[in-house]
Amino acid sequence: MRLAPRIIVTLLVIAGVAAIALALLRPRPLAPSPASSAAASATSDAMTQLINKGEYLARAGDCVACHTAPGGREFAGARAMPTPFGNIWVPNITPDEETGIGLYTADEFYRMMHTGISRDGKLLYPAMPFASYTKVTREDSDAIHAYLMSVPPVKQMNRPHELRFPYNNRELLVGWRTLYFREGEYKSDPGQSAQWNRGGYLVQGLGHCAMCHTAVNVLGGSSESKAFEGGMIPNQNWYAPSLTSNREAGLGNWSIKEITDLLQVGVSHRSTVYGPMAEVVYNSLQYLSDADVEAMAVYLKALPQRDSEPPPTSQARLVRPEVMESGRRIYEKQCAMCHGEEGKGQPPAYPPLAGNQSITMSSPVNSIRMVLNGGYPPGTKKNPRSHGMPPFNHILNDEEVAAVVTYIRVAWENSGTPVTPGQANELRKLLPE
Amino acid sequence: MKKLLAIGPALSFISAHRLPRRRTTRRGPWNAVGAALLGAALLAPDLALAQHEALPAFKQLNSMEARVQGCVTCHGQSGQGTANGYFPRIAGKPAGYLYNQLVAFRDGTRRYPPMNYLVAYLPDPYLREIAEHFAQLRPPFAAREQPTVDPGVLARGEALVAQGDALKGIPACAACHGAGLTGMNPGIPGLVGLRPTYIAAQLTRWRVGERHAAEPDCMKRISTRLSDTDIAAVSSWLASRDPPRDPSPESSNLVRMPFACGSQGPR
Repeated sequence: MRLAPRIIVTLLVIAGVAAIALALLRPRPLAPSPASSAAASATSDAMTQLINKGEYLARAGDCVACHTAPGGREFAGARAMPTPFGNIWVPNITPDEETGIGLYTADEFYRMMHTGISRDGKLLYPAMPFASYTKVTREDSDAIHAYLMSVPPVKQMNRPHELRFPYNNRELLVGWRTLYFREGEYKSDPGQSAQWNRGGYLVQGLGHCAMCHTAVNVLGGSSESKAFEGGMIPNQNWYAPSLTSNREAGLGNWSIKEITDLLQVGVSHRSTVYGPMAEVVYNSLQYLSDADVEAMAVYLKALPQRDSEPPPTSQARLVRPEVMESGRRIYEKQCAMCHGEEGKGQPPAYPPLAGNQSITMSSPVNSIRMVLNGGYPPGTKKNPRSHGMPPFNHILNDEEVAAVVTYIRVAWENSGTPVTPGQANELRKLLPE
Repeated sequence: MKKLLAIGPALSFISAHRLPRRRTTRRGPWNAVGAALLGAALLAPDLALAQHEALPAFKQLNSMEARVQGCVTCHGQSGQGTANGYFPRIAGKPAGYLYNQLVAFRDGTRRYPPMNYLVAYLPDPYLREIAEHFAQLRPPFAAREQPTVDPGVLARGEALVAQGDALKGIPACAACHGAGLTGMNPGIPGLVGLRPTYIAAQLTRWRVGERHAAEPDCMKRISTRLSDTDIAAVSSWLASRDPPRDPSPESSNLVRMPFACGSQGPR
């Protein structure tokens, strides 16, 4: 009888101790001390800011344009980029650890951006614009890295490139790099304003404008001495006009507002973007801040003007009267409704043709392509409902296309030269893109 | 030859953008067959009118009418179609259907390079607005075409459209595209006012897997059960019909459809 109460008491004591111990040891939310919660939210704010900044810079670099397949998951790659040397299969840059760049540290990411060497030590093909991205600061590279690590990982294996011999040999890139690659972050020019330098940083670096607006030679390199002098875009068959010639897209006599409108809105009172530049505006430039676009405009406007070729002679500008008359008739019937009797256009909805450098520049490729395929400027935040131009390739034959393009290149004191039906025919064979 | 009849228009359609002067420059073997189908269209009395209707024209710069000028040389000022048999009438088709096509052209899931290029950089809300613009237009129909196939083929076409073919598991076109074949909101297109070349080309592309719709893709199931002759019969018969008095699409999902259709959304 005496045993039972003792056991009961003992059990009660054990139970009580256990209850107290459980109460003390049970995991529970940490008491929110004011100091630590502020620190936590400061950390997450800093992370949010870093990722937001990285997203903005990734827009400026237009990563999405190449690293996303049409209709595919964002940044998951698997898109064939045709080059004169064969197809480059653009890699997955989502943070999937197996198939993407999930294992890249910020250091390795910066080395890739800055030197064109991947995490596993491979030399990158210069389809990746590392010759431009080398100008990007470490700080900005870290922000882009943080952003890319934050997007949804997608498991999608990269495909091997389909490059022809000898370009399939990465060792050759050593030679290419010696010739065309200069490693180094952007160096501010102390003689210029902060705004000009910001513009220069964006144009030369993330904007990688030189990839199209500097002629590419047979080795796929662009020579620094010819920077921004324009050239045909390989495999897209659009001409990227010179940014340093007032006869092409040189912006010396444009107002800053006209330049920022073209870059950010896609349409301006001087001209309109189509084709590859429409893609850049749609995916990249429309998202940049007014201040950054203005900085780019200031920098571009100040590029030294150096015409690489003399203006056409009056002999070169001679047009047979019957061609001119045919062109005028077609213009009045098909074009004048939108572009006006004197080629003045109805800007910014319909661009002017009179005095428009993209019409009169020495390469007529873009004008011919527009007549054949038409085009819609990109729908942007500031111009979501753009006015478009219809294709005429099923209405006008080669002679008629040549006549009307000749007409708009020489009428209204335009300084262009005539084009031939053969030139129209060459471009007619290509798919619109 | 039978094969050419159906495949010919499809191939020609694919390459139409490369052959603008197709009647005088490059006449492929299938073009001769296509020409038979096209003949009526090219000789139609409204040709001059159709050409005029394909010229750019608008009243107000800040209007949808001005904004869709990019469409008019192929689809006509009011979306009524043009003299070219490969470019469809788009006026009055359900807005949901037109929107789905514009998005598919932009994203490359429906492939036709001239359209892929034109709408590549246009945002969803604007594509929606363009679709709604053409969906509410009711331009007059072009004169119907005189059928060039024999009466037996036409009878087969009529039977497929009205009753389908139970033995081959083909439902009637009218079961989904509407009793008057004017389509059904929101996603099923009308079949009235389309030329035989266009209808045959689309059915063929579906059958060979070049055209798709949202899953479940009912047209994939149907087109793979159609023979070349069936396709020629259906497209000739459809194109030979007088236009309906009211071309508006039927209301959404009032009837149970024989095949589930991804473009109609959940019931």
